[in-house]
Amino acid sequence: MGKTNSMTSAGERLVNGLVKENPTFVLMLGMCPTLAVTTSAMNGFGMGATTLVVLALSNLIISLLRNIIPKKVRIPAFIVIIASFVTVVQLLLEAYLPFLNDALGVYIPLIVVNCIILGRAESYAYSNSPVSSLFDGIGMGLGFTVALTCIGAVREVLGTGKIFGAKIMPQAFTPIGIFVLAPGAFFVLAVLCALQNFVKIRGARAGKDTSKIGSGCSEDCMHCGEKGCGKRKFYDDDDDLAVEDLSETEDAE
Amino acid sequence: MDRKLKVSSNPHIRSKVTTNAIMMAVVLALLPAAGFGIYNFGIRALLHILITVASTVLTEFLFGLYKKKLTITDLSAVVTGLLLALNLPVGAPLWIGAMGGVFAILVVKMLFGGLGQNFMNPALAARCFLLISFPALMTNFACDAYTGATPLAALKAGEAVNVTDMIIGRTAGTIGETSMVAIVAGACLLILLGVIDLKIPGSYIVSFAVFVLLFGGRGLDFQYLSAQLAGGGLMLGAFFMATDYVTRPITSRGQYVFGIFLGIMTGIFRIFGPGAEGVSYAIILGNLLVPLIEKVTMPRAFGKGGAGHGRK
Repeated sequence: MGKTNSMTSAGERLVNGLVKENPTFVLMLGMCPTLAVTTSAMNGFGMGATTLVVLALSNLIISLLRNIIPKKVRIPAFIVIIASFVTVVQLLLEAYLPFLNDALGVYIPLIVVNCIILGRAESYAYSNSPVSSLFDGIGMGLGFTVALTCIGAVREVLGTGKIFGAKIMPQAFTPIGIFVLAPGAFFVLAVLCALQNFVKIRGARAGKDTSKIGSGCSEDCMHCGEKGCGKRKFYDDDDDLAVEDLSETEDAE
Repeated sequence: MDRKLKVSSNPHIRSKVTTNAIMMAVVLALLPAAGFGIYNFGIRALLHILITVASTVLTEFLFGLYKKKLTITDLSAVVTGLLLALNLPVGAPLWIGAMGGVFAILVVKMLFGGLGQNFMNPALAARCFLLISFPALMTNFACDAYTGATPLAALKAGEAVNVTDMIIGRTAGTIGETSMVAIVAGACLLILLGVIDLKIPGSYIVSFAVFVLLFGGRGLDFQYLSAQLAGGGLMLGAFFMATDYVTRPITSRGQYVFGIFLGIMTGIFRIFGPGAEGVSYAIILGNLLVPLIEKVTMPRAFGKGGAGHGRK
């Protein structure tokens, strides 16, 4: 694979994560931190950036180790790798950004079970080269960061009249408190989701190509909207089913 | 052979009762409460009512324009606006009704598919939205006429209240909730016209009274009991909001279950909760349980699933 080829692939992964397969607005993954920590733009950005770092590094390492990790224990292996990075990031946050660590609280350790990270490890990094896996992680992380910052910004402006802690609304504006509470997160997420669908559908009507980039097959047929794809499948053909594993162990006993 | 039977598709039984007529009846029945609110709190109450109704009707009109299906003529937006306005404290800023009206119609009603599809009473959902968003503005009942707390808050603080004033309505509170006499007069009209029946309001009020007697901590204190019944939004909620056709159970047994649930929840909120009032949250919670209540209380169709057939 030539250098130019891998470079285009890298750019394509970034666009894919930011727009085409945005983890929050398109894949609808990682809803727990999305709804819980986006009470302000800063919190949203912090959560997104933390996830970005963990996602990029774990994708890289998993891709490097993809030929060593046995298929049957890949999920525990992924979790160990992800958890290591989360621990590192949490210690760094505690040391250098304690205010952010306090604001995000339990949601930092919970990045371990964030389904975006596990999802990318399983569907992309485990079957692709390290460079494109790294950029896939960065793209997905950026998409997550942008989405969370947007949600956080809207909630902060409507709920407190500020953005990144700076007052921007006029004095006469009464903050609408519900937007920094739990229901506000659902309202804002739904409206932003509807808006991006609206833009995409209008784009499709105008004749723009909104289907996924053909060569960027993530082997993730569950979440792929590509029609008429010959590779379409839901499970790996050579994947051993759990039932078979069980019968084998029983035989051994 | 001339045809004596006309064959047509259903519905075969036609009724003169239309959505429009029912909504008109509800508006008429709400007028005594609204009128008393204006008499009690002054011209600002009228302004609140006009702004809120204008906001709901305009929102429904604009959404209708966008969807190319105008639905304002069924008057349901007027009812929502009127109910919401009657739930506002008179001292609140005037824009609050406008914002609540937009939320009630756009978010709670139209985005879920319009009249008949909303899973919550739009007026109450908007009231809860405003109450959570602006707790200070929505619970400030001081105005020109009254400076003290609402009777329920006074009752919670252990102070004495004048029950006669509460029944007539000369107390602080939201615009339309204070006068038990005016609300019951409107409710009688609805019952006479057959728009509502006593199943939900009756089981609601009776179960609430029993709850207060059992857990109110005052024993058989009828002064306290009647103050609890006449105070706050209980009467308005029981007769006008819990009976909303869209968000109440359709089965007869379900309506009793619904009413008893509301009574118990209101009692829990009022006696054990931090606030003095709990009618709106009780009804909203009840609305959410309606599909479950209907599922459990659906009557058995004739000839199906009897003792010999074994229920699934």
